[in-house]
Amino acid sequence: MKKHWWKALGIVLVIYTIVFGFIGEVPRLPILNETIRNLYFHVTMWFAMVILMTASLVYSINYLRNGNLTTDLKAKELAITGFFMASLGLVTGSVWAKFTWGTFWTNDPKLNGTAVTMLIYLAYFVLRGSVDDPQKKGRLSAVYNIFAYVMMIVFIGILPRLTDSLHPGNGGNPGFGGYDLDGTMRIVFYPAVIGWTLIGIWITNLKIRYQKLLWKKNA
Amino acid sequence: MLKMSKYWLGFCAMLFSGMLAAQSKMPEVEMADVMRANGKIYVVVAVVCVLFIGIALYLISIDRKLSKLEKES
Repeated sequence: MKKHWWKALGIVLVIYTIVFGFIGEVPRLPILNETIRNLYFHVTMWFAMVILMTASLVYSINYLRNGNLTTDLKAKELAITGFFMASLGLVTGSVWAKFTWGTFWTNDPKLNGTAVTMLIYLAYFVLRGSVDDPQKKGRLSAVYNIFAYVMMIVFIGILPRLTDSLHPGNGGNPGFGGYDLDGTMRIVFYPAVIGWTLIGIWITNLKIRYQKLLWKKNA
Repeated sequence: MLKMSKYWLGFCAMLFSGMLAAQSKMPEVEMADVMRANGKIYVVVAVVCVLFIGIALYLISIDRKLSKLEKES
């Protein structure tokens, strides 16, 4: 039970998010109305994705140093879970955009940057699938993963801030703190990020263990 | 005389900013107050909680199955 505490913490934090995400007090803003609660569910997907991708990057760099295939496996599975969360973030964002910006997809730099980022990570998976030798595959994809991460930061973290964007905190718009002056949303948002990240790590952990069992079986 | 006008200016500024603040409060933003007032939002919260607990239990069962396999091999 000792090593499972973080899984329980993830479950508890997400349930906390669901309960207080629906019934907690939120700022009253025109156009957004109650949809501001999507912050707890849509935005957290992106935060969790960036955290998982960062972990993937760390494992990729570690793989280049130690050449251990388990390290490479961790980098891959973290990137897959991160990609999954990004897909959920994209779809939920699209629904939200329909009802606040009036369309499922706008040419917002953040949306297009995200689309490019996801294509970059898709290329990472394609690259992995196209090399047979495990060590060669690991080295190539680890180097590519470093580039992919840098591109992700540029496309979703830097470029939208430099140009005009509909997203808060971008293109001169006030950030999250500008809407949440008394911090009532922060006490739900930050635990939500941690909770969803832990759930993401748990799913990744299951997939890594499955792959290891498969290796053992085939060895 | 100069001092007097300074106070007067300050007073006017205060009054004006007060008016502005009052004006910005005017539009009443529509929120789901009624939904919360009759208590039915808790039903939605309960449903989503059940959903998520179901997913969590599923994850736990997969975790256990994997642990069992890991012990066997």
